[in-house]
Amino acid sequence: MKIAVCIKQVPTREWQPRLNDSKTWIREQDVSYEMNEPDAYALEEALRLREKHSGEVVVCSAGPARVQAVIREALARGADRAIHVEHDSLGAADAFVVAEALAAAMKDEKFDLVLTGLQSDDQGHGQTGVILAERLGIPSSTIIMDVQIEGSALRVKRELEGGWFQWIAMPLPALLTIQSGINQLRYATLKGIMAAKKKEIRKAALPDGLQAAQQIVGLAVPTRSKQTHMIDGSAAEAAKELVRRLREEARAL
Amino acid sequence: MILVIAEQRDGKLNRATWETIAAAQQLAGGMPIKVAVLGASTASVAQEIASAAVAEVLVTDSAALEPYTPDAYASASRSLIESASPTYVLLPHTYQTRDFAPLLAARLRKPLVTDVTAISGNGADAAFVRPMFQGKLAAQVKPVGGPPAIVTTQIGAFRADAAQKGGSASVSKIDLTIDPATVRQKPEAPFREAKQAVDLGQAERIVAVGRGIKSQENIPLAEKLAKAMDAEVAASRPICDNGWLPMERQIGSSGQTVAPKLYVALGISGAIQHLVGMKGSRTIVAINKDAEAPIFEVADYGIVGDLFEIAPAIITELEKS
Repeated sequence: MKIAVCIKQVPTREWQPRLNDSKTWIREQDVSYEMNEPDAYALEEALRLREKHSGEVVVCSAGPARVQAVIREALARGADRAIHVEHDSLGAADAFVVAEALAAAMKDEKFDLVLTGLQSDDQGHGQTGVILAERLGIPSSTIIMDVQIEGSALRVKRELEGGWFQWIAMPLPALLTIQSGINQLRYATLKGIMAAKKKEIRKAALPDGLQAAQQIVGLAVPTRSKQTHMIDGSAAEAAKELVRRLREEARAL
Repeated sequence: MILVIAEQRDGKLNRATWETIAAAQQLAGGMPIKVAVLGASTASVAQEIASAAVAEVLVTDSAALEPYTPDAYASASRSLIESASPTYVLLPHTYQTRDFAPLLAARLRKPLVTDVTAISGNGADAAFVRPMFQGKLAAQVKPVGGPPAIVTTQIGAFRADAAQKGGSASVSKIDLTIDPATVRQKPEAPFREAKQAVDLGQAERIVAVGRGIKSQENIPLAEKLAKAMDAEVAASRPICDNGWLPMERQIGSSGQTVAPKLYVALGISGAIQHLVGMKGSRTIVAINKDAEAPIFEVADYGIVGDLFEIAPAIITELEKS
């Protein structure tokens, strides 16, 4: 079976945000990047499905030249080849533009299954996967915690809120957005890293005339909704002051 | 006008719908508000909503909408939107909305702004505030290419009790035809994985650990702190994903929602999925090495530093008396 995994490159969790001069986007020159975490789980799930059902795993990503780093990482973890829709504007693009860009590049491949992470750790729209499914003309299901395939039948475990789940049956081809924690991630081996250098990355052009569905008019560090008492000092001093305040002020101990 | 799409399951209204109605009333600026209830037997939910200060409640009674599927909900919502021509469509940002709202937006080719925490201005020119970069930044965005613009409101961001009541909105039945052949998902009944052995909702105090705890070997430190505080141990999602603590101890949108007297967040950065599960706690303590972590926005007391130094110091302090 032919499986596509869409991955996005996002700032690392340790990254401290700095804004550009117009305060409408981040200062990209300061950023170090990594693979979006839910997408890493989607990749792992694709690799496991390939091990079980054979076939190939194709990594798809839309972004500037820098996203090659996460594409190579995915290839090193075991993906067979990649498609890269490359354009500088894609780094800050919204879900509609990314989904349309991916759809155009993926359409002719006729994938049996497309996996994405449930949302990105950067803009976090949580839309790209589902919009992509619609543009590819295939059904979707989201926030998936288990994937079972028998022939052309697909059965997936969807997470609901508050510890509830639900099984859903669907025909293939289909698109699933994968929840973090669905499996245990593997890391690239040295052999994998060497092998990745020879794997194909097909470049695709960004289609003309894609329209963003929203515009960021301002970005800011969020305002505090609460007055937070920050407690300073050495560990021992801070601990003492915290315990005092919790006992005397908050009466929580 | 503004169309709110309510969420119900088995004839029971999801409370978050009231928050969305409150957001719609704030956004309206004179525009009338209509609330649509999708499903098969929606009469009692419609009656409940009719007490809100809204112009009209629209109900459907279609077997194709029960149980929920994204295909049927997207079809039904699309029909409603095309006949009502709203300026905005508002929904609560639930897992169900996350499943079908992007499909609806894709089919309508209209903007979708998700996870909105605040609205600035009102009427057709409003801007919406939503978290980006895991809550490290708040973005003010404007939808492009509407109307309508579809907007989902973050759970807990608008106050349900701020929704104006006192209306006696008329309830109108809407006839929808949904071709069952267009519904591709076949859902089974929802279930719970395991009986919850611990009811964290009853705990007076909770010590919750996050990624900052670094490895499974360090979990006993959190357990020791919990014991010293007479608290239950809980965790953010990544800790349970790694199997370091059982899933039933997970706090957040995919786990339990708690509001204890004391909540100590140990090495938890405060992704919104976690915050929705605990921000109602009476007193919140955040201990994190990153001074910019979003957890400090909801904390009453914050300590920036190394939890491997601070947690033992708190244990020592508590053991003194």
